[in-house]
Amino acid sequence: MAPILDIQHLYKNYGATEILKDINVSIEPGDFLVLVGPSGCGKSTLLNCIAGLEPITGGTLKIGGEDMTHVSPKDRDIAMVFQSYALYPTMSVAKNITFGMKVRGVDQATQDRKLAEVARQLQIEPLLKRRPGQLSGGQRQRVAMGRALVRDPKLFLFDEPLSNLDAKLRVEMRTEIKSLHQRLGASMVYVTHDQIEAMTLATKIVVMKGGVIQQIGTPAEIYNKPANLFVADFMGSPAMNLIPAKARANGVGTKLEIARDGAEPIVLTDTRATNLPEDVILGLRPEDISEPGYRSGESVQQAQCKVEIVEPAGADTYVMTTLGGKQITARLHAETAAAPGAAHTFAFDLGKVSYFNPGTGERIL
Amino acid sequence: MTDVSATPTAAAAARSQGAGMKTALRWGLYLILGLFAVYYLMPLFVMLTTSLKSLEEIRTGDLVALPREVTFDAWAKAWSGACTGIQCEGVRPYFWNSVLIAVPGVLISTLLGAVNGYVIAQWRFKGANIIFALMLFGCFIPFQVVLLPMARLLGLMGIAGTIPGLVFVHVIYGIGFTTLFFRNYYVTIPQELVKAAKVDGAGFLRIFWSIFLPLSIPIIVVSVIWQFTQIWNDFLFGVSFSSAGTQPVTVALNNIVNSTTGVKEYNVDMAAAIIAALPTLLVYVVAGKYFIRGLTAGSVKG
Repeated sequence: MAPILDIQHLYKNYGATEILKDINVSIEPGDFLVLVGPSGCGKSTLLNCIAGLEPITGGTLKIGGEDMTHVSPKDRDIAMVFQSYALYPTMSVAKNITFGMKVRGVDQATQDRKLAEVARQLQIEPLLKRRPGQLSGGQRQRVAMGRALVRDPKLFLFDEPLSNLDAKLRVEMRTEIKSLHQRLGASMVYVTHDQIEAMTLATKIVVMKGGVIQQIGTPAEIYNKPANLFVADFMGSPAMNLIPAKARANGVGTKLEIARDGAEPIVLTDTRATNLPEDVILGLRPEDISEPGYRSGESVQQAQCKVEIVEPAGADTYVMTTLGGKQITARLHAETAAAPGAAHTFAFDLGKVSYFNPGTGERIL
Repeated sequence: MTDVSATPTAAAAARSQGAGMKTALRWGLYLILGLFAVYYLMPLFVMLTTSLKSLEEIRTGDLVALPREVTFDAWAKAWSGACTGIQCEGVRPYFWNSVLIAVPGVLISTLLGAVNGYVIAQWRFKGANIIFALMLFGCFIPFQVVLLPMARLLGLMGIAGTIPGLVFVHVIYGIGFTTLFFRNYYVTIPQELVKAAKVDGAGFLRIFWSIFLPLSIPIIVVSVIWQFTQIWNDFLFGVSFSSAGTQPVTVALNNIVNSTTGVKEYNVDMAAAIIAALPTLLVYVVAGKYFIRGLTAGSVKG
């Protein structure tokens, strides 16, 4: 099937400042694309370019196979949900939702039918006569989504729609957006700075930094095989442990030597890694550092480290120690015996380890 | 304010002393405010009482005394009989001239200000700030500077000495202020509102008409009050750009007061002055609370 959204070599400048550099993304119908990155990375600008609210400086942007470079937002067959909801303050909820149809001259009967449909879907029927000012944040969010849904567009655009909600509501609405996507099978582009939102919602993630795409992939690819140190550090909470190490090839694979404060270096052996440069940065997720007995296999090796901080988080307990001069986090069971100041035996699982070049920050293996 | 180490009773005493002080200050404040109020209301009081007295009583009586015998003769004469030069029709025809100048002047300048403010605040284009700065500059140009060029322009346009000509002058002069009001009001409205409406398919005028104008009631009130007061009270433009039949009430009032010969009819002058001031007073009384609200309003939640 043809991609529903196809962006090739897109550039965006404000005067002499390059905001977006050589963006290449395309998604298939039914995809949920999440643009994620720290503030100022250009993700919202990219979304505005897709919506047609910002003109692009170079490259091509196609929606449904048609070039959109000179097409105005209203003719792009898109719907957008904004961070501040952008509900029309003087109109009732019903008028907010039907405004787009009214402007486009849709007949009253169709308007009423679609309004009823969307109101039922989002459970906002009792609110239809109210003004936006009389609604709570979560209700406004629903109305904003209703305004998008009622249009039945080729492409839904979401600009950080959940960041004005409190933590609990955010998780609820996240689930709701996901179930909406599954129900409708619609194509969506979603901007967020929250990597958990990105992981949970996306079928495809674009990680951006400084106007440049760092990596495109499924949530699993991004999580397990980050393309560089930035992606490794940005995606996942707590962040991936990035430990400087010395690599030496031996008969069976590679020996990795990790410096420790006031003690012998830890030596781990990775039987699958070959041809590593001498200096590498080892990327290990917190859940790959556990306690002996929970994981088995030849990739698991044990070492003793001094525990510095213990943070119980309910389901798990996070334990911090220092390796290779960096503070690292291990994700242990809630009932762990680890205590601050004492030595503890950790099990390192190198099954999903990543290696990065400390100079360029790029992934080696 | 009380010492923490003091005993409870001492603290209580200090507190009650403080409270007594506070009450005294409060009454002092009321006294001063009351004096100011009397000071400001005095002229109005004198005008009202004088306009209700007969000429005989004015000559013999005290300026601040209440009228011994209330008569509305002076008001009737001021409205329809007082002489402005050779004509003796009172202020009535000139009052209607002022209405014919002020109403279209206020409506047109407010509407143009709203459109200007909407464009400058929400449809940022290259040079928007410069244009806004120039418009703002227009607010500070003294009336006298534009008199001669404006007279020439009105002549070229063929509307010199007419009521449309005066409306035109007041609209031009008012746009700077009304643009400032609306721009500052609209700048607080999130830009996402325009974006959302664009995606919904609405165009420039549709967004203005359906979304921005309904939001603008408070600032429209401010603009209307401001412009109405300015235009109604204007004297210089009125005297410069009018001809015999098109003078506004302010000019007529001046003529009544200054062109009488013989006995000065203070009661008629006062009544005419009050008639000339009534509409602006009325506007403030009716819409005054919206004026304050509109000046301090802005942010739109939602």
